[in-house]
Amino acid sequence: MDRREFLKTAGLGAAALSLAGCADKSGNAQDGITGEMEYRINPNSDDKVSLLGYGCMRWQMIKDADGNDIVDQDSVNELVDYALEHGVNYFDSAPVYLRGQSERATGIALKRHPRDSYFIATKASNFSDASLETGIAMYKASLRNFETDYLDYYLLHSLSGGEAFKKRFLDNGLLDYLLEERKAGRIRNLGFSFHGEREGFDEMMAYHDQYHWDFVQIQMNYVDWDYMETKGNRRKEANASYLYDELDKRGIPGVIMEPLLGGRLANLPDAVMDRLSAQEAGKSAASWAFRFCGTYPRILTVLSGMTYMEHLEDNLQTYCGFKSLTEKELSILDDVAKQLATYKTVDCTACQYCMPCPYGINIPGIFAHYNKCVNEGIMPDPKDDPADSEDRKAFKKARREYLLSYDRAIPTIRQADHCIGCGKCLEKCPQGIKIPQQLQRIDSYVNRLKKSR
Amino acid sequence: MFKTLRTTLAIIFWIGVTLLFLDFTGSIHAWLGWMAKIQFLPAVLALNFAVVAVLVLLTLLFGRIYCSVICPLGITQDAVSWLRGKLKKKNRFRFSFKKENKWLRYGVLAVFVIAMVAGAGSIAAIIAPYSAYGRIVSSLVAPLYGWCNNILAAISEHYGSYAFYTHEVWMRSLPVLIIAVLSLVAIVLFAWFGGRTYCNTICPVGTVLGTISRYSIFGIRIHEDKCVSCGLCGKQCKSSCINTQTRTVDNSRCVDCFDCIGSCKSKAIDFGYRYGKKVQTETAQDSVDTGKRAFMLGTALVAGSAITKAQEFGGDGGLAPIVDKTKPERETRITPPGSVSLKHLSDHCTGCQLCVSVCPNNVLRPSSDLMHFMQPEMSFEKGYCRPECTKCSEVCPAGAILKISKEEKTAIHVGHAVVETFACLASNGENCGNCARHCPAGAIRMVENEFDPEGPRVPVVNEDRCIGCGACEYVCPVRPLSAIHVEGNSVHHDERAEVESEVING
Repeated sequence: MDRREFLKTAGLGAAALSLAGCADKSGNAQDGITGEMEYRINPNSDDKVSLLGYGCMRWQMIKDADGNDIVDQDSVNELVDYALEHGVNYFDSAPVYLRGQSERATGIALKRHPRDSYFIATKASNFSDASLETGIAMYKASLRNFETDYLDYYLLHSLSGGEAFKKRFLDNGLLDYLLEERKAGRIRNLGFSFHGEREGFDEMMAYHDQYHWDFVQIQMNYVDWDYMETKGNRRKEANASYLYDELDKRGIPGVIMEPLLGGRLANLPDAVMDRLSAQEAGKSAASWAFRFCGTYPRILTVLSGMTYMEHLEDNLQTYCGFKSLTEKELSILDDVAKQLATYKTVDCTACQYCMPCPYGINIPGIFAHYNKCVNEGIMPDPKDDPADSEDRKAFKKARREYLLSYDRAIPTIRQADHCIGCGKCLEKCPQGIKIPQQLQRIDSYVNRLKKSR
Repeated sequence: MFKTLRTTLAIIFWIGVTLLFLDFTGSIHAWLGWMAKIQFLPAVLALNFAVVAVLVLLTLLFGRIYCSVICPLGITQDAVSWLRGKLKKKNRFRFSFKKENKWLRYGVLAVFVIAMVAGAGSIAAIIAPYSAYGRIVSSLVAPLYGWCNNILAAISEHYGSYAFYTHEVWMRSLPVLIIAVLSLVAIVLFAWFGGRTYCNTICPVGTVLGTISRYSIFGIRIHEDKCVSCGLCGKQCKSSCINTQTRTVDNSRCVDCFDCIGSCKSKAIDFGYRYGKKVQTETAQDSVDTGKRAFMLGTALVAGSAITKAQEFGGDGGLAPIVDKTKPERETRITPPGSVSLKHLSDHCTGCQLCVSVCPNNVLRPSSDLMHFMQPEMSFEKGYCRPECTKCSEVCPAGAILKISKEEKTAIHVGHAVVETFACLASNGENCGNCARHCPAGAIRMVENEFDPEGPRVPVVNEDRCIGCGACEYVCPVRPLSAIHVEGNSVHHDERAEVESEVING
């Protein structure tokens, strides 16, 4: 047992203990997280940024007295306190996250700490209205939500190339305004987040000389690294390796989103996970995905949307005393990515941008259930209706489990059969998933399964 | 001994029949479905001569064993009566001989038969014993059972098990619920005060079997040589049919409960051949320990706390609210595949609710219309009649829904879809086609809109192909009233029959 394995084992035990004692925030020594947080230096501002960044898109939601979903502020405070205490100092929000509640909830939690102990990142999410007034109002609302007079990292939210950039930021003069704000020091770093093809990224990089991007946020993980462009059933997007190289060439620090592909790399199919465990036992699937991102030196921080204390603790184990991947480990992950491509999962990251669906369908819920069943191998094939009675029994059991779990996960009125294919979700999906087509694929599978009894 | 046998069998039957109405998975029907099929009225309506003949023969031999062992309503009354006796010992001796009210008995039977023949069977079914029992259990007990199940489902979901799954509990018809409550109250009152009064004055099945039982070969006998005229047997007779003065039993009302045998201290009562010479009983019957035979009555009632619906997933991006669908006004009601025609269903259905209880897609519910009150009809607000399901046809004991196979079902047209073009999303500029995509018969085509050729395509129904399953109505995104709905066919179009008649005629 090497040192790291020992620490991990010890850490797991202690993590379980600290779970019970969450209310007691004082303990640092006994919570099992050892080693120092890994920091990266932003060459533009000399910011010392933690490699683990807090994604504030997935705070825990509860129901208020009227039955509306609201952020559970107590849990946010607790998680933010714990994260800061363990060296996490980058918090990434956006005006549209959590139906507009993320910025304020994060702001309330952060305001209880000194302003210079953390970096705030938020975005210009002017998707629906490209006017200058709306853009400025959104920016000012962000300052108000965080009760601050400057933002550390400000992003032009989710650009796919020059066209969207021109429409949302150039033609209306919003970029000029933001550049002025940067000059005045109220925006410390200006950048953009990107989902799109190589050409679109090239167009944005071409603007670098003119505007100087202080950082860029890209989607990166070991699957999208080399296989983003070959994924079927979705809009083609650039490989992360291409995006990274382009940033590296220009010395632009990268912020990583979707290091876990919306959590899917945290829950791998059993056969795949066995391979990783054989390499180093006891390491979570998520830790492999995080270490992949952190291995690249130009990466400033890797965002993770941690809803529960367990997520935060597991991630802290990875980033405190961070260890880069070796060449051999990288090649194993490449094999894993190839293997994952054979699973017919839907590339949904549960970002919820498509929601609410006007017809009430729970799109991310349906995809999450489907992916879970694919990963766990509960996908009875109605075609090979087995004659052998043993197989027949196994098929019936799998059929029952699949259908029951579907009904449990999604109420019938929100299931895929109610998708009429209006396509309003298509443009909203940053992953470019052909949502109606995928929903209909799942629906016809369910229908075939129901018929085969 | 007789009484032990009777109570044991009665409990088995009573639990079995009750489970048929409670088990929404339909798996118990494979084993116990016959318990519903040997019920007298369903067997008569199903023209199931074998069963009727056996029941008649049974009664002719031994009297009304049926009423004490097979009829679930009769057993329920025994249970209520027994319960009252348990509360206060004095109550056990609350009965006394009453004269048979022939006018009432045969009057009710005559009205019942006339109503059935005249096609008002649904009204007559209100007093039929098996129907009344089914109505009470499916309307009043099944919800409790469902809620208990849902608690278990929530627990098993918590532990990731699939042993139990949530079953929606919903009120299918208010009038039927009210009738069920009234039936229950009436039956409990009858049994509480009068023992088997209902069975011997109102119940049409009781009257028919009673008439046969009047001449049964075996029956309760009182041996005059041993009788001391204490009158105890008469005071405990639920049927009030023992005349202690004349030492005779009115065998038309005796339901073979055998309570009197145990009640007689001088062992003067037994069960045997009624027409022979007065037989001297030699061996004394072992007295039966009644105390040990206490049986569990009723289901454990769970405090009626509604189970909060499982929390819906996510909520991050929010879920658009969905308006519940409402039932459209249908000119012709839709009856389940296998029920042949509205007339066939009316002629055979006893309104027992067994089909409604087992429908896994929440399609069947009892009709509230007076002329076919409590008979099953279809509607598609919560689901549609799925092609692989033939549950209702499997369970019907009365032959009202004839047994069909999955393959046969695809050839039976219970109705046809009608499009309300003005309400359809396509007329409002939205591409949809969800009805066409989900039609299992391929009966819906999306065609150019004649009023707006450039606009989205609109659905057109090929009525020859449409089987009336309601898939289109269910998945139609227009709410609360779907833009496409099914109208029933008063006589189901059956491709099998059509092929046959073509062969014969052509």
